[in-house]
Amino acid sequence: MREALDQWDFVAAAYATGIIGTLAMVAWSWFAMKRAESLRERIRRK
Amino acid sequence: MHGFANPKRFLGLARWLTPLLLLSGVSLSAGALFWGLTQVPPDRLMGETVRILFIHVPSAWLGMGGWTAIAVSSLVFLVWRHPLAAIAARAAAVPGLVFTAICLITGSIWGRPTWGTWWVWDGRLTSMLVLAFLYFAYIALAQTAKREAVSQRIPAIFGLLGAINIPIINRSVVWWNSLHQPPSITMGNSAIDTEFLVPLLVAVLGFSFIFGGVMLARMRTLLAILQADARLRRRAMEAV
Repeated sequence: MREALDQWDFVAAAYATGIIGTLAMVAWSWFAMKRAESLRERIRRK
Repeated sequence: MHGFANPKRFLGLARWLTPLLLLSGVSLSAGALFWGLTQVPPDRLMGETVRILFIHVPSAWLGMGGWTAIAVSSLVFLVWRHPLAAIAARAAAVPGLVFTAICLITGSIWGRPTWGTWWVWDGRLTSMLVLAFLYFAYIALAQTAKREAVSQRIPAIFGLLGAINIPIINRSVVWWNSLHQPPSITMGNSAIDTEFLVPLLVAVLGFSFIFGGVMLARMRTLLAILQADARLRRRAMEAV
C-alpha cells in the first residue's frame, strides 16, 4: 500500500526554498555593498 | 543612456534606486506569494501544487533574464568599451544564478507530485541546468580575469556566446517532446485563467524589482572595490 503524497508539503518546501534563497541573496548583496562603500570612504578619508 | 556610463552619475541614481527597488520588490513579491497561497483556488489538474508556479515561473524568467542582461552588457562593453557595462554584466551573474537555482529546485519539487519524478533529462530541464553551469563558469572566469589582470573582454565574449542557450531554453518545449508543458504565456496570449495570471504577473514584477535592486547593489559593491583599489595603488605610486 502506498501513502498518498500531501501536496501542501511540496508547496511549503518550494516556498521555503524561494523565500529563504531570495532573502539571503538580498541581505548578502546589501551588506556586501555597505561594507565595500564604507571601506572606500575610510581609504578616501585617510 | 551613455550618460549613465559615468560612474558618478550612475551612483547618484543608484543610491536612491537600490533601496526603492529592493523594498518595493520584497513587498510586491510577499503580497503575490500570500495571494497565491491563500486566495487562489486549487487547479483542476495540478491541485494545490499550482501555487509553486508563483515562485517557479518568475525564477525561470529571471534566470534567463539574468543571462540576457549579461549578454547585452557584454555587447555594450565590447562595442563601446564602457567599463560600467563590464561591471553590470558581472553584477547580473549572482542574481541570475540564484534565480536559476531556485527555478531548478522548485521545478523539481513541483515535478515529484505532478509527474511522479524529481527529474527528467528532457530539453527544458537540461538546458536550464546548462544555464546554471554557464553562470558558475562566467563567475569563475570574471573573477579570474580581475585577479590576474587579464582583459575583461574574455568574460564578455563568453557572456555573448552563452546567450545561445537562451532561445534553446525558450523553444525546448516546442522542438522536443517533453514532460514540461508548452509555453502558457506568449506575446498577447495566455492559456492561464485570470485568477492565476494576475498574482503570477504581480510576482514576476516583484521578483524583477528584487533582481534590479540586487544588480544595482552588486554594481555599487564592485565599483566601490575598484575605486578603493585605484586609490590605494595611486598612493603606493606616490610613495615610491
